Amino acid sequence: MKATYDAVIVGGGLLGSAIGFGLARRGLRCAILDEGDIAYRAARGNFGLVWVQSKGIGFPVYADWTMRSSELWPEFAEDLSERTGLSLHYARSGGVDICLSEEEFKERAAKMTTLTSHQNGKFRHEMLSRSDLAALLPGLGPDVVGGSFSPHDGHVNPLYLMRAMQQAFTRLGGEIIVDARVHEISRAGGDFVLGTKRQSVTAAKLVLAAGLGNKVLAPMVGLDQPVHPLKGQILVSERLDNFLKIPTTPVRQTGEGTVLIGNSHEDAGFDLRSTPGVMKTIADRARRTFPWLARARIVRCWSALRVMTPDGLPIYDRSETMPGAFAASCHSGVTLAAAHSLDFANYVAEGTLGNELTGLSARRFDV
Amino acid sequence: MFKCVNGDVEKAVILEFEGVDVPACTGDSVAAALLAAGVADFRQTPQSGRPRGPYCMMGVCFDCLMVIDGEPNRQACQVAARDGMKVARQRGLAVISPEGE
Repeated sequence: MKATYDAVIVGGGLLGSAIGFGLARRGLRCAILDEGDIAYRAARGNFGLVWVQSKGIGFPVYADWTMRSSELWPEFAEDLSERTGLSLHYARSGGVDICLSEEEFKERAAKMTTLTSHQNGKFRHEMLSRSDLAALLPGLGPDVVGGSFSPHDGHVNPLYLMRAMQQAFTRLGGEIIVDARVHEISRAGGDFVLGTKRQSVTAAKLVLAAGLGNKVLAPMVGLDQPVHPLKGQILVSERLDNFLKIPTTPVRQTGEGTVLIGNSHEDAGFDLRSTPGVMKTIADRARRTFPWLARARIVRCWSALRVMTPDGLPIYDRSETMPGAFAASCHSGVTLAAAHSLDFANYVAEGTLGNELTGLSARRFDV
Repeated sequence: MFKCVNGDVEKAVILEFEGVDVPACTGDSVAAALLAAGVADFRQTPQSGRPRGPYCMMGVCFDCLMVIDGEPNRQACQVAARDGMKVARQRGLAVISPEGE
């Protein structure tokens, strides 16, 4: 049986789109299978940070992978813009994690020291006092003690990122097949045959990038992707004149002027409702950080489900029992997009995962 | 372009739109009063500067944003017209000063 595609990617979110774009750029004939609007679509609810300073504290392998992606990002964004004519509103502006008490400041400083120790000094940051911070961020509230600044951090419009990756993918000949939930994966000859409602799709290589759907799909190719939902809620303001040049952990301002307020973590199963209690908590932290935000009108709110793993680190695996099958799960589809599109796609094309990803295999959970 | 479906109802309310008096019926939204007065251009977008006017008239589209009594980015379709109200086009982004009230 002749393969219809060189590679098929299950999942049309940030992860699948990044890998698909990377494979198509290498000349592989690819299809992305997208579940459709019934999917949970973590990619549509993202905050949009390209963030280094909170990733992999205590886990050098994840810290290194995050740093690698953040370094690839400027060129990645430029390449996408050139291919599509779209601006991603990407800026490697540096970013700040705000501390609202001396205790938070101490804890933060300790975490930054740990992160620095992982990377032989490659990770750079500064613990900024309140007065240092005031020079970067206007109108700080009296509760702000200081914060950690890292020049590696930045932000991007995650929806433009999605659109650009998918457009670049299709311009390279990739096909996005929608309403194509995969219910069955089998082998025919050396190829994978994926059963969807309308058609079956055949490919020599298979990448599972289906977010929370990976949990059910991975065992079909002899892999394990133990992911669970972790809810995050976001508040969105009216469009305001540009005031925040630098993103912070609870608050960032988009290129169009809207202010996003977020950073909640809830174990709420698959419940996607916005809830007043959590909205109040995140609004309160934002108001303590920037009191004048209380005068801004909140015009929208939403919630989304992070694709969370047992230890919070991404999972990358290659199937031993079904060569050619790969699976990836992560909750940092924005930050890691550049590494997924370049490094991970290359590994899929070459059929083997790089050594730096060994520690991110799901085998780490087999104890 | 638009006319009042109730016919010639007394216009007891006068609001001020950029220096011009606009009569309105009691219970009209600001957007309804301005549309009835022939105003279609309610705001300039922050991105392109192009004019926009009310589309949904039910609080969803955010295309009728105006400065109402000094407060920016109000949805004109969701605010009842009041006598003496001062209304102006929303031009670009709203400004909130970090320092002032």
